[in-house]
Amino acid sequence: MRFEHKPGNNARESEERTARESAQSVDDLALDRVLTDFRSSVHAWSEAAHNRPRPIAAASRRAVWRKAAAWSLGSMLVIGASGGSVVEYRHRQEAARIAAAREAQQQRALAEERERDAEKELAKVDSDVAREVPNAMEPLAQLMTEDESQ
Amino acid sequence: MATAEELAAEEFARVVATHRQQIFRFLLASTRDMDLAETLTQDCFLKAHRHWSGFRGESSAITWLMRIAINLQKDHWRNRRVQFWRHTRSNAVDSEEASEWLPSGESSPEQQLLAREQVKRVWRAVDGLSERQRTVFLLRYVEEMDIAEIGRATGLSEGTVKAHLSRALGRVRGELGGRK
Repeated sequence: MRFEHKPGNNARESEERTARESAQSVDDLALDRVLTDFRSSVHAWSEAAHNRPRPIAAASRRAVWRKAAAWSLGSMLVIGASGGSVVEYRHRQEAARIAAAREAQQQRALAEERERDAEKELAKVDSDVAREVPNAMEPLAQLMTEDESQ
Repeated sequence: MATAEELAAEEFARVVATHRQQIFRFLLASTRDMDLAETLTQDCFLKAHRHWSGFRGESSAITWLMRIAINLQKDHWRNRRVQFWRHTRSNAVDSEEASEWLPSGESSPEQQLLAREQVKRVWRAVDGLSERQRTVFLLRYVEEMDIAEIGRATGLSEGTVKAHLSRALGRVRGELGGRK
């Protein structure tokens, strides 16, 4: 199948193409203008932002305050934690000392009791021996006393 | 007589003085957050200073710096996505405020108003772009870099840059009410 190219058709196509191209070029021109405005806007904004006065002093003062607060809070926490542990350590030491003293006292009391028991036992043995032995030796002892008096 | 280190330091100082504002502008347009743009600019030059001895001049200094800035910005967004609680601390301004900045020039108040409205629409379109499209769009239409330079700065091929630009422009046209 062949298309016939009539002169009238060609002219109309050409006109349409020209119209389309001119619309596109107008469109492109408008877009170019908008993009140029956009670029200028970003440049102006960036320049203003770049040259803005920076609140260094305020920022540094804020930073100093924040740092000081953090340090003091940290110090308080460290002191609290270490103080607590020191108190706990001392408390334990004191409890251990008291327990040791009580244990020693108990041991002493036990030893004294044992000593007393032993003394009592010895005294009992002594008295038993004293009751028994002198009876057997008494005649000799009496003789000794009589000889001495003569 | 200056040593090699002193010369390198002087050269770097010149690079900072020349390109600092451009890097800041790109980061400001990307983030719309002055404090963040300032921080990222400082990070960018800190990183550049650390790797200055490794810069061989294969691309221009600004392309190299832009590449660092783009990577820093990517890292920042990635970290923010992870650290979601930081979202509440964003100082980014909206498109309304960003479009307030327009040099007065010689145009009439009506023209100024129209221009401001159109700039606002462009910002709105930029908001809707993907991160990569936005970067390419800003490098082309704000920083006026050519396609090859954008490709070097972003690590994308020229064809990909063109495709991103075309989509971004389509979006801008759509927002402006023109043809896509």
